[in-house]
Amino acid sequence: MIPTLLATKIGMTHILLKHGRAEPVTVVKGGPCVVLQVKNKERDGYDAVQLGYGDVKPHRSTKPLIGHASKAGTGPKRVTREVRLAEPADVSAGDVLTVEQFASKVNGLVDVTGITKGKGFAGVMKRHGFGGKSASHGTERKHRSAGSIGGHAPGALGRGVKKGKRMAGHMGDVRCTVRAIELLKVDTEHGLLLLRGSVPGPAGGTLWIRISNKVQG
Amino acid sequence: MRHPLIEIAEQPFLKSVLPEFSIGDTVDVHCRIVEGDKERVQIFNGVVIARQGAGINERFFVRRIVANEGVERTFLIHSPNVVEVNVRRRGKVRRAKLFYLRYRVGKARKVRELRVQKKSKAQRELSAASA
Repeated sequence: MIPTLLATKIGMTHILLKHGRAEPVTVVKGGPCVVLQVKNKERDGYDAVQLGYGDVKPHRSTKPLIGHASKAGTGPKRVTREVRLAEPADVSAGDVLTVEQFASKVNGLVDVTGITKGKGFAGVMKRHGFGGKSASHGTERKHRSAGSIGGHAPGALGRGVKKGKRMAGHMGDVRCTVRAIELLKVDTEHGLLLLRGSVPGPAGGTLWIRISNKVQG
Repeated sequence: MRHPLIEIAEQPFLKSVLPEFSIGDTVDVHCRIVEGDKERVQIFNGVVIARQGAGINERFFVRRIVANEGVERTFLIHSPNVVEVNVRRRGKVRRAKLFYLRYRVGKARKVRELRVQKKSKAQRELSAASA
């Protein structure tokens, strides 16, 4: 079994459980993913499978990608991703993975990786959670500023601003993994997964879902 | 805008039969209350002043006066805790949101015209025939 699936975030809603409690859920469309290539220890030095997800029109793809996909008997894919395996894969190129492989994992935990929403150029309060300055007590025109960035006189006294000093800058649009998200439901008919709570990225964003190695507790 | 796949995902959690009532009706909402391991049904009586939302998020507002103080409760119409909604009196209203009732005091607040349901002769005969 391959413990990973590529998916698309659909959006959030909530569900009402039998005892009336509302649970926030993210609806995710999982798969179908095509196995594009199987790597093994002898030839490649490690065991892995390469998954392709989402079709792309051949004229928008490149010949190398089309040729690579055709070896698995399928068209070019929008996203490809390699999944490392501890043991030799029990699938072969051309096999299709769906949410069914998660069906036995309901109420288990999954890790979800996505690309977070871009926030643009963000100040230190938003980006790093700085406190900002007082609204009054003489503060003027710098209520959201960072304050001192440390002594940085040139020469023997210091060597400029410390590397990694947290400042304003671009925020978001980075890869982010949220671990140990509860898998509440698998709808094999429509290929949907219901995950408890939120996942990174905008609706329509691509997600990588894998069975978590975190222990529930 | 609601994504069609979200509606599919919500579908199994919706009630197949929804309680029937309309805005302005005076209703008894039977809501299940769990205290520890005990369960009981409490009745909240009041006027339905609004209904909003879609899918599993659809909810209605019930307003009543307790000890001369207005009390409003919002119920998720699909919640399993809303066991039953009984219409006690039908109200005659001309708008979908009755928030103006919040600013009414005394008798003005109480005046909510009842709809006298006059069945036509044909309807009476029809219901008599089916009974």
